[in-house]
Amino acid sequence: MNDLLRRYGKGLTFGFIGLTFFWLVILVILPDFKLLESSFRPYLPVVDVGGPKDSYSLANYGRIFGGEVEMSIFGVHVVVAPRVKVLLYTIWYSGVVTLVTFLLAYPLAYYLAKIVSPKSLPTLFLLLFVPLWVSEVLRSFAWWIILAFKGPLNAALMALGVIDTEIRWIDGYSPVIIGLVYTYVLFMVFPLYNAMQSLDSNQIEAAEDLGAPWWRIHWRVILPHSKPGIASGAVMVFMLSAGSLLVPAIMGSTTSGWFTQTIQGIMLEEHDWNTGAAFAFMLLIVCTLVVSLAMRVFKVKLSDIAK
Amino acid sequence: MSAGVDLDNVCCDFGNFRAVDHLTVSIQPGEFFSFLGPSGCGKTTILRMISGFIEPTEGAIRIGGKDMKGQRPNQRPTALIFQNLALFPLMPVWENIAFGLEVRGVGKAKRRARAEELLALVDLHDSADKMISQLSGGQKQRVAIARALAVEPSVMLLDEPLAALDLKLRQRMRAELRAIQKRTGVTFIYITHDQGEALAMSDRVGVMSQGRLQQVAGPRDIYNNPVNGFVAAFVGGNNILTGRVATRSGGLAVFDTALGPFRARIAADVTAGKLYVRPEHMTLQATPGAENSLPVTLSEVAFEGNAISVHAVTDNGIAMVAELRNDGSTAIPATGARMHMAFDASNAAILPDSTTAGA
Repeated sequence: MNDLLRRYGKGLTFGFIGLTFFWLVILVILPDFKLLESSFRPYLPVVDVGGPKDSYSLANYGRIFGGEVEMSIFGVHVVVAPRVKVLLYTIWYSGVVTLVTFLLAYPLAYYLAKIVSPKSLPTLFLLLFVPLWVSEVLRSFAWWIILAFKGPLNAALMALGVIDTEIRWIDGYSPVIIGLVYTYVLFMVFPLYNAMQSLDSNQIEAAEDLGAPWWRIHWRVILPHSKPGIASGAVMVFMLSAGSLLVPAIMGSTTSGWFTQTIQGIMLEEHDWNTGAAFAFMLLIVCTLVVSLAMRVFKVKLSDIAK
Repeated sequence: MSAGVDLDNVCCDFGNFRAVDHLTVSIQPGEFFSFLGPSGCGKTTILRMISGFIEPTEGAIRIGGKDMKGQRPNQRPTALIFQNLALFPLMPVWENIAFGLEVRGVGKAKRRARAEELLALVDLHDSADKMISQLSGGQKQRVAIARALAVEPSVMLLDEPLAALDLKLRQRMRAELRAIQKRTGVTFIYITHDQGEALAMSDRVGVMSQGRLQQVAGPRDIYNNPVNGFVAAFVGGNNILTGRVATRSGGLAVFDTALGPFRARIAADVTAGKLYVRPEHMTLQATPGAENSLPVTLSEVAFEGNAISVHAVTDNGIAMVAELRNDGSTAIPATGARMHMAFDASNAAILPDSTTAGA
């Protein structure tokens, strides 16, 4: 603080701090608190707001359990509320997206960190970043076109003789998974790259010199070293996927409900911000629980991720 | 179990740069062999070629008589100890040591027992379950040695493993490395730029300069009978005089310099070179001798306990140094005194500058 004052003077210092404070408190914390508070209150006509009916309860949160629908969880048929089903699918497929991004990002990050010559690294990073210059909406639509029934992907596969008849890509959750993987894969690549880059290459050579085949070098040396990077990448991809609205909205099929779409429907179509807020916090809580559980299973500490 | 290593006309190029140039040397099974040279002389490249991380551009490497061409590091009977040791920080000590056995599919109980055995061999008891970060520099060194020994290599390759240790520990580890080598009988190939290390531990030393092997000999021969100026100057100190060979007879030659003629040893095939005299072979006297003495002005007298280092300048400005033993035989001279430095012809040698290409 004193250092800041000496370096930038009073005006600038309080300018920085004031703007950061404004952004954090007025634009982030207060609205969230307002939403949290309103999530416990009923959705009432304006005249009743502040009246006797306006009392705190968990009723909005309970609304997730309305209705009944069948679903199967690992082959076991259960009857759940439709919104619970959408929430469970959202969590499950966000997990799938996280796993797929990891499987794609690991070899790429390894290639960038340990194999490619440092001279061509800037070019490769540029190539990775270029797609980010295009808006997410455009990229999602592009994928939607690529995956279309009479689209270029099917045409190419048929021309190559890989398939005989078109595949219906836009069906169920697959287009959403493809879209999310494409959108968030870099959030996995960069933490992994950072982690692997800090590994002393001599350790890889030492393992090889001791007779280890390539897969054991990865399993015993590179993968354990990359764990913090995997953890932070996985948390980011999982949270971003579960909270994504645009990709499921554009790429979704008729049977792929995403919980963010449920929240959007309640807020913007039913105009019930109170229930919408309750559902949004529920998504946040469930995601946090899943992440903490996964961290415990994989023995990752929060301080590892922060590194 | 231990095997010899034959390097047969080995060359290694990095782009246009020739790191190792026509290297031929035969290392015996069970030998402690050191490659000694300044940094950038190609010695690490030699080690990486023997371990299989680099393929030679030309020539062949045979271990135990078997050509190693195309064999990956994980297929060779060698174990490399890296300069920074490259221990696995996320595994406890015993898993580090047993890694090579784990790779070979040895069961856990057996691995653990073998790791304990090796820890005892390197004098590191009760450390099996510690993490690498809990060990001191010398202990890490021992773990690295045990890890390499665990795979029962025929050849151990050591890349300046003592460079990071402090002086005292380094001297102790020298003796221990030598003892471990004797106990296991494994061929050790050791890389260093430290002449003391190479001379103290090795059966034979190969002195390298700019990718070429200058001399291969036992430590005494390297020091007492260097084949050329590079070896003489790199291993130990020297007084060097320039001039030309005038006459020669029976292994001795008269060498004409700006300071007059001197007599010194000369090999039969040497026609030109410089005159080299070790500081400990220089004596200091008040009057000129019959031959091989030169007048000097003392510039600095450094008392070093067991020895007295006398630095002096000749009349034509060449720096000379004499190392006198502190045994009372010589009075300690004063700085600025005019004296004569003298040496015996049998302790002086006329050596060519460096071995010519292709040697």
